[in-house]
Amino acid sequence: MASTLFTRKPRELSYNPKRPIWKEKPSALYQTIKAVVLVVFSLSILTPILLVVSTSLADTEQLVKAGGFVLWPERPTLEAYATIFKGPMVLQSLGVSMLVTAVGTILALFVTITMAYATSRTVLFGRPVILAVLFTLLFAPGLIPSFLMIRQLGLLDSLWSLILPGIFGAFNFVVMRSFFMNIPGELIESARIDGANDWQILWRIVMPLSKAVIAVVGLFYAVGFWNSFFNALLYINDHSKWPIQLLLRNFVVQGSGAADQLGITTTPPPQSIQMAVVVVALVPILMVYPFLQKHFAKGVITGAVKG
Amino acid sequence: MNSTTEQAPALSEARRVAEPARGSTPGAGPKKRKRSKPPQQSFRSRLRRDKQMLLMMVPGVAFLLLFFYIPILGNVIAFQDYQPYLGIGDSLWVGWQNFVDLFGNPDFVHAFWNTLYLAAWQLVFLFPVPLVLALIVDSLISTRVRRIFQSIAYLPHFLSWVLVIAFFQQMLGGAGFVNNLLRDWGMEPIPFMTNPETFPVMVVIQMIWKDAGWAMIIFLAALASIDASLYEAAAADGAGRWRRMWHITLPGLRPVIVLLLILRIGDILSVGFEQFILQRDAVGAGAAEVLDTFTYYTGVVGGGWSSGAAAGLAKGVVSALLIYGANKLAHRFGEDGIFAKQVR
Repeated sequence: MASTLFTRKPRELSYNPKRPIWKEKPSALYQTIKAVVLVVFSLSILTPILLVVSTSLADTEQLVKAGGFVLWPERPTLEAYATIFKGPMVLQSLGVSMLVTAVGTILALFVTITMAYATSRTVLFGRPVILAVLFTLLFAPGLIPSFLMIRQLGLLDSLWSLILPGIFGAFNFVVMRSFFMNIPGELIESARIDGANDWQILWRIVMPLSKAVIAVVGLFYAVGFWNSFFNALLYINDHSKWPIQLLLRNFVVQGSGAADQLGITTTPPPQSIQMAVVVVALVPILMVYPFLQKHFAKGVITGAVKG
Repeated sequence: MNSTTEQAPALSEARRVAEPARGSTPGAGPKKRKRSKPPQQSFRSRLRRDKQMLLMMVPGVAFLLLFFYIPILGNVIAFQDYQPYLGIGDSLWVGWQNFVDLFGNPDFVHAFWNTLYLAAWQLVFLFPVPLVLALIVDSLISTRVRRIFQSIAYLPHFLSWVLVIAFFQQMLGGAGFVNNLLRDWGMEPIPFMTNPETFPVMVVIQMIWKDAGWAMIIFLAALASIDASLYEAAAADGAGRWRRMWHITLPGLRPVIVLLLILRIGDILSVGFEQFILQRDAVGAGAAEVLDTFTYYTGVVGGGWSSGAAAGLAKGVVSALLIYGANKLAHRFGEDGIFAKQVR
């Protein structure tokens, strides 16, 4: 449209057709700086992950030769995994984490969907009330009162203490609600005229239309439950009820933290076993990540803009 | 964005009209005027109509009451000498005594200043990183490179802090990868993870590693929403790369930057709780004690419920004031901030 302004020849004869015509080609220096920043940032993320996975798969001989860490296992072996799954500790904590994640996510979706649907349609409480409530959610009630509440409810050392505090997230609620508000009202009206009640409308009309957003919010909750460690630190004393993150903290983070302080260079437990525990906690996230990545950016932006 | 926010009232209004107007013919001209002023219904009939909707809100409301609003009220124990066996009802009221004690407690004062110190580090060195990354990514021409970088950069956001710290320890810890290499090369190992002096730097690096990529998303969205014809026109008028960034890109990003800054400032006293609790043993309480860890160790670990709650409450009040102040300031500069955004 404005190309008449650029009747003169482009400066470069061979230019990238995707680059807008008015945009000058960046100098070699900028190109280099950009490339270096991106590559360094990417490598800083990928290297530790590669290191941990490789070390967990490496055999003892190579580990000893390399002094504790390898970037590539020459003779991959699952020995470390066999070791950690032999004892009850890791299996138990994995079970706890999976149970908490599964039950927590289902409950969280139920609470969030019902709340989001009701507030997206009802007239009894208008927008101001909801916004006021959302605003208060910016603040946190505080650690001590929350702890006392859990204790008052008798949930200390119960897995419910890991589930219940996480079943509603303001951010997920906003994402869900703004999605529901985008569903055409005519659809809901026509269902109502056909005699459906609100539960039926939610179950038969709204939810099938919202599969994608429900999946994303569900994954957000699942990742949250899987990753939460502080609630367990606060509320769970019983070792057999530790989730995987707490196990990780107590065996890997604190273990090697102590090694740091003592200046011990030979690692107390074989490195590959620690790394295997790390990988066990990491793998579920890596498995859902491609799906998350495909959808979240959109969800986040909706939530952020409408919030 | 506006149309969606209008939808809810419009819809509910339609519903309000639909029920009492069953017998009459809908859609006529004069009817429309009536629609804009719906017939007044009694509270009870509205309640009856919305019964199921209200039922749906029960789980959410119960959650908010149990795990949010009642605990907020529970903060009153900051003004008590709370004894668990007596409960809130029978514990002695001590007025401001807990706060007086707190501010006389050098540990708390240290945690307070340390929090502010670390927060300042984060604000100065952490906040600009995602913005710069977003500008770089936005300037990439190849969508493939762009997508690959985004896939990598977003990933750490979904890892727990425990994993992040574990990664850092394996890489940079005393017995970690880098120090092993240094030893192999005959150099002195560097105590990246245990040196209290460099701890603020380490904290910021960890936060950048975990969340800078993720924080990029919002800036990228804002960048994409800037009208490309503005750039084109500016380029036609002879504005170079930097002029365009200064006069188009940055003003276009201003609302987002201000909004994120306000949210950041409101959150600033929670400098990164899990991160600190995980590393407090390694670097010592001197460097890693912040208000949240102080609350945890005093209250939950030490059993000083009331002083813990007082510390938490002090933090909450200061945070609220900071949000309010930052928002005021944003209004002063002609930005929406967070409150105006909601009224609109």
